[in-house]
Amino acid sequence: MIVAEAKPFDEIKEMVNGYRKVLVLGCGSCVTVCMSGGQKEAELLAAALRIARGIERREATVDAKTILRQCDEEFVRQVRDELSSYDAVLSMACGAGVQGMNEWLRNVPVLPAMNTRFIGLCEGQGKWVEVCAACGDCVLGVTGGICPVTSCPKGILNGPCGGNKKGRCEVSPDVPCAWVLIYERMKERGKLEEFKKERAAKDWSKRQRPGRYTHRP
Amino acid sequence: MTLREKLNAGRFVVTAEIGPPKGTDVGRLMEHIELLRGKVDAANVTDNQSAVMRVCSLAISVLALRNGLEPILQMTCRDRNRIGLQSDLLGAHVLGIRNVLCMTGDYVSSGDHKDAKPVYDIESVQLLRIVERLNSGRDMAGNELAGGTDFYQGAVVTPETDYLEPQLVKFEKKVNAGARFFQTQAIFDIEAFSSFMSFARTFPVKVLAGIVVLKSVGMANYMNRNVPGIRVPEDLIEELRSAGRENALDRGIDIAARHIRQLKEKNLCDGVHIMAIGIEEKVPLIMERAGLL
Repeated sequence: MIVAEAKPFDEIKEMVNGYRKVLVLGCGSCVTVCMSGGQKEAELLAAALRIARGIERREATVDAKTILRQCDEEFVRQVRDELSSYDAVLSMACGAGVQGMNEWLRNVPVLPAMNTRFIGLCEGQGKWVEVCAACGDCVLGVTGGICPVTSCPKGILNGPCGGNKKGRCEVSPDVPCAWVLIYERMKERGKLEEFKKERAAKDWSKRQRPGRYTHRP
Repeated sequence: MTLREKLNAGRFVVTAEIGPPKGTDVGRLMEHIELLRGKVDAANVTDNQSAVMRVCSLAISVLALRNGLEPILQMTCRDRNRIGLQSDLLGAHVLGIRNVLCMTGDYVSSGDHKDAKPVYDIESVQLLRIVERLNSGRDMAGNELAGGTDFYQGAVVTPETDYLEPQLVKFEKKVNAGARFFQTQAIFDIEAFSSFMSFARTFPVKVLAGIVVLKSVGMANYMNRNVPGIRVPEDLIEELRSAGRENALDRGIDIAARHIRQLKEKNLCDGVHIMAIGIEEKVPLIMERAGLL
């Protein structure tokens, strides 16, 4: 899933400053699961903006609403007329949602309330960790299902650097060394011969931006 | 004789380290070059060590070469992609550099430009592969070069890491990728090193043991706590302590010299790499006490 976190409140407040009628739009998918941009968070943010504007004695409308997926035109089309009555939509979706909405609404600016962080997994209550860099050239099949491109800060493909200390990463000591994890996993699965194979440099042309994908049935 | 020729002839070699300055004043650096010339066999020139931005290792390597000190150009993958690395390698060769040490490189967060974008397009094993390729007259993409290189390429290994198995696999990968010599992270336990060497000796590579001079009890404890891959044994710390605060450095120099003597007498490795961080001027004294001058 995609993990995103809310921008600092002051930045959001400044961003919508010039708009009288604002809709805070939560997204019912990834950001709802990671508890940063769903219905509850949209209502809280709208309330905070109303209070801030009240303190500044400014007349303004700040409403809240949530749709299931902002990155899918089908869901956006259903609320297009309603959304068009606002001066701005403050989106709590990821960067894909914000860009899709801008494309499909056209006449209403859609502003990001979130910083999109990564593709990740939940690793405990309220904690997510990035696990996929969307590099377009997946190596999980030869690394025991643990991604070194993402989980090693240096993206090394051929084993640990000299920096791991007691199995922890030198860059962030609270994180285990990805290559220690990969080694353990592959040893456990009897795949050490595979571990010993030299891996060639990655083909970064597969990550040329913007990425494109066409479904061929 | 060059470093390569000496190692191939079976000579016990000594390398040291010089760090490019932060800024254009090379005065102190020139003093270090002067001090090491004619004493050590070659000197590593660090590449923006610890991710702190300094004069590039290539420029200082050329300075060293012109002033009679054979350089080992350190190259990390942190700041340049494969185009930049190959281009700098060709440039280094044109300017007369022959020794190159291939490393992945410390992460940007350890340096003084923490907001920099780290590159790591490739890493140490792949960089060794590139050097091998340039030596064969082709670039990484397979294009023919108008004149190939003749590098003597090395790599690093951490024999005293607390998680050795995958490190040994990586050592083997580096050998297969073309590493001709290795310089190790600091070693303090000769017995542990000797068991590492019985593994390393099964490969056709030269190994230079890393020697770090202990300056004080505090420094030893600090390294044990914070520096990955370094383990200073308790008895050495006790030895420093018993020398007293004022004589600790002198005792540290003794320890380094003793280790070098042991390594050489027992024929454990092919040379030593002395990392006298901040006390470069002591290198000749260490060598003297080790019976190498």
